[in-house]
Parts: sequence; C-alpha cells; structure tokens
Amino acid sequence: MEATAEQLLWMYEKMVEIREYEETMAKVYLEAKLPPKIQKGLAFDIGAGPVPGEMHLAAGQEPVAVGVCAHLRRDDTVVGAHRPHHFAIAKDVDLNAMTAEMYGKATGLGRGKGGHMHLFDPAVKFSCSGIVGAGAPQACGAALAAKKLGTDAVAIAFFGEGAANQGAFHEALNLAALWKLPVVFVVEDNKYGISVEKSASTAIASNADRAAAYGMPGVLVEKNDAVAVFEAAGVAVARARRGEGPTLIEVKTDRYYGHFQGDPETYRPKGEAKELRQHDPIPTLGALLRSRDLLDDEADAALRARVSARVQAAYDFGRNSPYPEPQDALLHVFAE
Amino acid sequence: MSTTTTTRRLTMAQAISEATAQEMARDPRVFVMGEDVGKYGGIFSATTGLLDQFGPERVMDTPISETGFMGAALGAAAEGLRPISELMFVDFFGVCFDQIYNHIAKNHYMSGGACKYPLVITTGIGGGYNDAAQHSQCLYSIFAHVPGLKVVVPSNAYDAKGLMTSAIRDDNPVVFLYHKGIMGLSWMSYFEGSTNEVPEEQYTIPFGQARVVREGSDVTIVTLSQMVQKSVLAAEKLAEEGISAEVLDLRTLVPLDRAAVLKSVKRTGRLLVADEDYLSYGLSGEIAALVAENIDTVRLKAPVRRLAVPDVPIPFSRPLENFAIPQVENIVASVRGLMTFKLDQ
Repeated sequence: MEATAEQLLWMYEKMVEIREYEETMAKVYLEAKLPPKIQKGLAFDIGAGPVPGEMHLAAGQEPVAVGVCAHLRRDDTVVGAHRPHHFAIAKDVDLNAMTAEMYGKATGLGRGKGGHMHLFDPAVKFSCSGIVGAGAPQACGAALAAKKLGTDAVAIAFFGEGAANQGAFHEALNLAALWKLPVVFVVEDNKYGISVEKSASTAIASNADRAAAYGMPGVLVEKNDAVAVFEAAGVAVARARRGEGPTLIEVKTDRYYGHFQGDPETYRPKGEAKELRQHDPIPTLGALLRSRDLLDDEADAALRARVSARVQAAYDFGRNSPYPEPQDALLHVFAE
Repeated sequence: MSTTTTTRRLTMAQAISEATAQEMARDPRVFVMGEDVGKYGGIFSATTGLLDQFGPERVMDTPISETGFMGAALGAAAEGLRPISELMFVDFFGVCFDQIYNHIAKNHYMSGGACKYPLVITTGIGGGYNDAAQHSQCLYSIFAHVPGLKVVVPSNAYDAKGLMTSAIRDDNPVVFLYHKGIMGLSWMSYFEGSTNEVPEEQYTIPFGQARVVREGSDVTIVTLSQMVQKSVLAAEKLAEEGISAEVLDLRTLVPLDRAAVLKSVKRTGRLLVADEDYLSYGLSGEIAALVAENIDTVRLKAPVRRLAVPDVPIPFSRPLENFAIPQVENIVASVRGLMTFKLDQ
C-alpha cells in the first residue's frame, strides 16, 4: 500500500510536531531541576520545576507513531505505553490539554490527576499506562468491543520491546488470535529496556518471530522509517478492519534521549545518541517529499512555523493554566 | 407499577445468574466472560443457563489467562460495553492484579473523570471445604483497600440478585464476591439461610446499606457473607442463654455503611466483628477503628472483639481448617466473653 501525497505530508508534519514537542519538553522539564550550584548528592530534583515527575521522551521514535496512525480514524483505539507523546500527538490528542496535564493543571486531560504517563482522551480514544505491557490486553478489549458493536474500528497497542517479555503481552496475543480480534500489536524496539540491551533480555533477535507461536502474521520493519512503517501497518490495519484478525509488528527504532530525563545513561556507548541522530528519519522523509515535488523550502518553512505555533501555544496553555484546587484530589474516585 | 410479585426459593447461584440474565436481556451491552462460564455454567454455577439463553458471543469462555481477559474487560468497558468478568477463585487475583488495581480501579481517577469503566468482576471466596491455602481465602479487604473499586459481598439469594443488578448497572468497577459455601451448590455442604425467597421481577439493592438480619439489644455482631449464617446460628444459641444479639450484615465493603454500625453499637454498647478474612489490617480492624474514632458518641460496655482468621494461610486438614476459620461456637464464646466484661466506670 503506497502512501498518498496527503499521507506523506501528514506524516512529515506530525513528525516535525512530535520532535518540536519533545525538544521543547526536554528544555522545559529541566527548569529548576538543576540547582544553580550542584549540591553534593543532589544534581537533579525530579519533583521540582514546572513539569514534575518522571519524563520519558520519544524523540527519534516518531516513524512508529505516524506510520501506524496515518491509517487510523478518530474511532480507532490507541493504547500507548509510558513513553506516550508521539502516539498521542499522532492520534490527534488535544495538545493543549495533554500539555496542561504534564504541568499538573486543572485544564489537563486528567485535570492534573494523571501526568505524562497517564493520558486519557476519550474523544480520540487514546489512553496509555505506566505499567510495562499492560496496554496489550486492554487493546484486545477495545477490539472485542468493536467486533461486538459491529463496527470496523480497530485497536492498536503500542509498547516497547521490553514489554514483549511480560506475561500480559503473551496472553493478549493468544486472546487476539483466538478471537480474531481487530487489533495490531506494535513493538518499538529502541534497543533498551530502561538500561538493559535487548540482547540481554530477549532470547530471540526479533519479536516479530513470536507471532508464529500465536498463529498471526509477524512483520519486522528494520528501518526507522515512516514510509516503511506505513506500509507494514497498512497491511495489518486493513487485515484487522476486514475482520481477519491481529498482526504483530516490530519496528527497529532509535531513542535519542535516556530512558527518562535525568538518566545518566551509563549503559550507553558514549556518543551513541549523537550517532543515531545522523540517521534522523525526519530529514529522510523531507528529502523524499522534495524528490516528489511535494515540499520545497518555502513550504517546509511554513509548515515548521505552523507546527512551532501549535507547540508553543500548547506549552503556554499548560504553563498559564490554573492548578486544581487541592481538595479536588478527593474527586473522581468513582463516577457519579 | 406492578403490584403482583412472584417469589420462589432460589439458591444464591441461581439468583446471581438470574440477575445477570435479566440484565443481559434488558441491556445488549452486557456480556459475560471468564473461565468455564459457558457450557460448564461457571465453576460455582454463577452463570448457569446463560450460554443457552444468550449464545457464545455474549457468554464467552476465555483461555486461562486472567491478565488477558481482565485487561480486555477494561478495554471493552472503555468503549461503552458492560462486561462481567469472572475471576474463578479470588485466590487467583495475583495473576491479574495489575489490571485490577492499577488500571480498572484507577483509570477513571487518572482521567479526571473523563473515562468510565462500568464492569463487574465476579469471584468465589471462602473456605470450609478443605481446599487449602490457594483456594479458600476471602481477601475482600485487599480490594476494598484500593480506592476506585466497589466491593460487594452478599450473604443470601435475595440480596445477591438485587446487589448483582445494581452492580451491572453501576458505572464503576464493582468486585462481586460470593462465598462458595452459601451458593447452594449440590456438591458442597452449606449453611441454611442463603437460599431464600426471591422475586422473579428485577429489583436493585443500593450499595452502602447494611441490613439488620436479626434484632438484638445486648451486643452487635457486625459481619457479612457466610459468617452471617454462622452469626444467626450463634445468636439463636445465645438467645437460649438470655443474651440478645443483633446481627448486622454489611453487604458491601465499599461503600461501607458506617452509620448502621454506629447506630447499632450505640444501642447495644457491645461489638463483635465476625469475619472470615485475615485478622490483621483487614475489615475487622476497619470496623473497630470506626467505633474507636466515634468513642465520644458510642458508650461501650465492653472492649471491641474481633473474630477472624488468625493470620495463618487456610490449612487443609479438617480440624486445622475448622480451627483457623471462625465457627458458630467461636462466635458464641466471644459474645459470652463480651457479656461478662465489666468496664471500670
């Protein structure tokens, strides 16, 4: 399935947006976390600054999100993982409310109750979880609902290669194949499960091979490339929509930042992240667009200005929104 | 409104499956899944007859993979369906607790109220039939401890039907725990009292309303589930000795009818909590703390007493199990002890 000009341009713009979002967050997140004079034993205060808590950035992994989400509709479900921004942005989650959530503001998606690992936007059927592997069975449930309701909606579970060693992953794959659920499991292999290299956690080279054990197609996308992901996902999503069951896709991708911001990355060869950025998938897609006369300098500049304005507006909205009233902590334990 | 009511005597298992069937007929979004809920009708008969009536699309046997189908229940509930997901024995919660306490219980809260998860987890609890430590626990306090789950523990068929109907209609996750020993199973001896008159018509029992099973003036026995039947038997024995025991069935742990507990204890001045869960950090401690926190309004004539499993796993051998799980005679003895106590004035 070949991407149309419109789809290619959409993926490019979304990738630029995700990158801009993540690079901005990398700066915003650091505010007030590094003391002016590094104190002994305290170099980084995770709870300080405008955006508190852990922060997991996805810069470098944009192709996985856009290549899959280019095939999705508003009524398709996406369950993301603890590193969720690229999926959320590609699924058109409300950017202002999502950003406000990370600031812990009353205007956030979860009114400040979830934070960056727990983003819920029912309007576009997006959710994620801070628990590794937990989203896979949940995506099965959404797919089951689509089947029961007689719609042709599909569900996507995104997670890292570390999650593929969780029991939840294996139970979900079996259930999906058994019940022929319209679900696509997408493994982002960014080589590291927190600090542990894939070769030290997983007995086989590609999780795509595990699909055979459950009787579903397994596809390995070896390039961190939006078009390559788009093509693999297109087949899988179409298959799911036709009611023919699940697919497992593994994408080899790159994580430019540490597992979390502040991660000393002692497990990583020096200069690795810098080296990975030499193969940035965004200029690669940009070059493809240019070769097809779909993009020129002027259009690129206009697109980047548009994206910057959106991202900046989201950060301004988050920063300037009010905090919730402290006693609002007591609300929303139960639905009324 | 109809004024004619047809009642029959039903077992608790029949009452639960009838409530489920009536809700499934009323609301096409309701469906059941779990291990052996189809042809087998549920290992404790909680889904008997449902497959014949509704077919395999709505009564789904699952693989033995609780994480998978509990997570699927959440995902389906998020899309507006109303799953009933059976965890065969509560003892198995460990294999899927992440989905229950990190997701099913918390996602509504973390979404700031934006998402709803209307689902029911049904599960069998309790011992008394020598199934040992991995198949005999109650554990409801663990579920009640985590904010975001409603916890229902019925003691009889009438309540079970009304509470189950409420559970399915609730927009929140509800954990519905039924004691195997009062389901009315033909293959398990049980205490009289759980099989009772049940109207054919649908009805609901609101959560958070304890029921006075037996009125009394000398002592309040706060209890639930199968221990209600044991407490009633104990109260009958105590009556022969001239001791008037009130038996209060909590029916739900979340929400908890604190007012009913306090009202009764204020009147009787004595409290025994009779519980089949573990003693420490559990329901009995919660009820005792409730009274302690209101000691300015409750005039106790004796210290609070707790009767529960003495912090040992449930043993297999009959005399060991009988010792570990509170019995009728233990309740009688505890109440007698409360009656002889003289508090310094």
